[in-house]
Amino acid sequence: MTATVTPSWETITTGAALVAAMAAYALFAGADFGGGIWGLLAGSSARGRRARDAIDTSVTPVWEGNQVWIVLGLVLLWTGFPDAFAAIFTALFVPLAASLLGLVLRGAGFAFRHEAAHPAGKRLTGALFACSSLLAPFFLGAAVGAVATGQVPVHPDGLDNAAWTTPTALVTGALFVAACAFIGAVYLVGDASRREHDDLVTYFGHRAVASGLAAGVLAAASLALLHGSSPYLFRRLTGVALPLVIVSALAAAAAVTLIWLRRRRLLRVLGALSVAAVVAAWGVAQYPWLFPTSLGLAGASAPAGSQTAEIVVIGMAAVLVVPSFAWLYWLQQHGRLEHDSASAQLRRAARAEDRPAAPVAAVRTPRLLVGVIATAAVIRVIQERRRPRSNVQR
Amino acid sequence: MTGHLLAASVIPARSQMGATLGFHIVFACFGIAMPAVVLIAHWRGLRRGDAVSLLLARRWSKVMAVLFAVGAVSGVVLSYELGLLFPKLMGIYGPAFGIPFSVEAIWFFVEAIFTAIYLYGWKHLQPWLHWWTGVPLVISGILGACSVVAANSWMNQPSGFTLDDGKITHVDPWAVIFNKATPYEVPHMILAAYMVTGFTIAGVYAVGLLRGRRDRYHRLGFLYSFATAAVCAPVQVVFGDFVARAVEQQQPQKFAAMELVARTHTGVTEWIGGVYWDGRVYFGLGIPDLDSLFTGYSPHAKVTGWDAVPASLRAPLPDLIHLSFDLMVGLGMLLLLLSAWQAWFAWFRRRLLMTRWFLIPAAAAGLAAVIAMEAGWIVTEVGRQPWVVYGYLRTSDAVTPSAGVPVTLALVLVLYALLTAAAVGVPWLMGRRWRREDPGGEREPAAGPPPEMASAQEQG
Repeated sequence: MTATVTPSWETITTGAALVAAMAAYALFAGADFGGGIWGLLAGSSARGRRARDAIDTSVTPVWEGNQVWIVLGLVLLWTGFPDAFAAIFTALFVPLAASLLGLVLRGAGFAFRHEAAHPAGKRLTGALFACSSLLAPFFLGAAVGAVATGQVPVHPDGLDNAAWTTPTALVTGALFVAACAFIGAVYLVGDASRREHDDLVTYFGHRAVASGLAAGVLAAASLALLHGSSPYLFRRLTGVALPLVIVSALAAAAAVTLIWLRRRRLLRVLGALSVAAVVAAWGVAQYPWLFPTSLGLAGASAPAGSQTAEIVVIGMAAVLVVPSFAWLYWLQQHGRLEHDSASAQLRRAARAEDRPAAPVAAVRTPRLLVGVIATAAVIRVIQERRRPRSNVQR
Repeated sequence: MTGHLLAASVIPARSQMGATLGFHIVFACFGIAMPAVVLIAHWRGLRRGDAVSLLLARRWSKVMAVLFAVGAVSGVVLSYELGLLFPKLMGIYGPAFGIPFSVEAIWFFVEAIFTAIYLYGWKHLQPWLHWWTGVPLVISGILGACSVVAANSWMNQPSGFTLDDGKITHVDPWAVIFNKATPYEVPHMILAAYMVTGFTIAGVYAVGLLRGRRDRYHRLGFLYSFATAAVCAPVQVVFGDFVARAVEQQQPQKFAAMELVARTHTGVTEWIGGVYWDGRVYFGLGIPDLDSLFTGYSPHAKVTGWDAVPASLRAPLPDLIHLSFDLMVGLGMLLLLLSAWQAWFAWFRRRLLMTRWFLIPAAAAGLAAVIAMEAGWIVTEVGRQPWVVYGYLRTSDAVTPSAGVPVTLALVLVLYALLTAAAVGVPWLMGRRWRREDPGGEREPAAGPPPEMASAQEQG
């Protein structure tokens, strides 16, 4: 259709920022989902307690911030490429609603988690959190798979469930789950090693290796399926985007090797690199299409004014969000953020301060005077404001 | 598509959007205004070495985080829904309408990050550095509200774009954000958020005081929140007057419904309450010429009635709009009176008014503020109908063609019931736990050990 038109640099910038926001979502929120998955698989409450506590400590302070990357991605898509947004939200309603349900349950689970008094309540909120960690990445992956294979119609009439139930889309969903589990386990190995919990380093290390292998197999399967379902994407992934695919595979292999060698240095960087590179490869492979071979970036782009506004928003993100986000992680990594209640000492001090209300002071004249003058001034101002206008006949 | 089919889809879609907005806006108020209330208590606690204030700030910060999380979820639901329910609105007007939402995403992000730092920083951050990490919350709350309300005011007064053959071809982002309705809608909503938050928290402590928990903890908890809201109440009333006049200028149809002006004439009667039926207003208190006096500063000023446009372009349900408007104004006035009563007493007697006669209405003030705000949104949103983008796109043309809307409406209502349960239930559970931790706090203090202020401050 319009793929022959080269997109303007503003459009390319917004598109690149959209891919970057998705990569950040995968790296940060994906790791939280991974933590939830490992919490789900940690076994009975007694056996899995130590692992669950470690996951909780690592995830709790940062999860809310991590989730916002998807909101940033949504608004970039919505304003920068409104036609694509409308098409995706009409056709892929089912997987998107399911992923939304995942996000909501996760939020509710977190909110209640520390307040649920009974063990049954705690188990329920924990289970909510864990199930939603499976739901959200799987359905988001299926939706991405539907877009990548060009199955989303440009002008859909309504739900299009065939688009996201193709083998490629479902394998992409599974790949997202495995990748989240992998990156989550890699970060948890890093955190356990920082806290010098050797047993947990081993525990999460095994899980990182297993999920890394699973992700590798699923990625290969998804690439093979793309050969049939989306020849354009396959050609680009094995052509211009091949270096990124290779970087991703090498980084994942290196991360697994480091876990084997029980080395901590660069482990998390390599894990993150493997996920970021594969997202980037997908972004490059899609270019210049938004929906491969039916909707081009240039054709779907909003007018230049909107793209300029989005670039300003991206600039604001770079200036305001990135440093704050980095500080949040710095504080968390240095053990400065902790879930904790008011100390008994503070409560005692507060109780000791509890004296009866201050005695009644006599009414002081200056206060009365100030009050009268202020009231007069306010009345005067209102009069002044109304006077000139009252002559205007309407 | 026939008119009948359209109506079948418009009403559930509108109800769903209205229900979502109606819920979300309450949670959003706390996101906007609660950081300021927490920081006031925190500041007093640090400045005066006051353990009670520190304890309040510390506990409120947890409630704030829960409400922020609930508000974040409901905000995401809302942005999904805009795409689901009104695909034409997003598809055609997204390039303009989306801009304020993009800006909001940044403030939302800042708020999420600093909420986490503030909430989990109590133990290990330097006390004053920790206080300062709360400041971005206040700023991003206000600026975020500016962006989102700017999007709504753009729907009321669309500007900053060129429409060519059903597609937006040129956008001026600045004119989109700063449209003609922004200067009055934004401050009106921010003040409302501060009133809702302040009066609601004050209501909780008023109930505690009424139940005999008259310790300093409850008195200060009441004071900080009530004072924040009470300062906003008179500003809001004066400002509301300005808003109504701006609406009369920009959206005469909405104003006609608000004041039940059926035909354009001079010397218009101001109706307090009342319902319109077949050319007459029943059960209302009518004050001759007052409406003209309000809008044109003269008893003979002319006010546009809804007969100025054909019936299909008039706002529906004028009675609902009019009664909502009166309810909002009436409750606003009552809240102003309540604030003035406490202010008068505190100013001249140098202590808080804590009598039963004051505390009973104060306990209900939070609910009153929420109702007033909801009524205000009914006036804005129902009054804008039949347009979704005023003067450009009708709601019936923007609504989704898919048939599943009643199903999603039911789902959304269930979801919001859960969110409301979380927003009310979690703080309630927290309050119960705090009272269990502090059994002595409810009675007069016994002669205990001397306060360990220095260490308490460090702990804070």
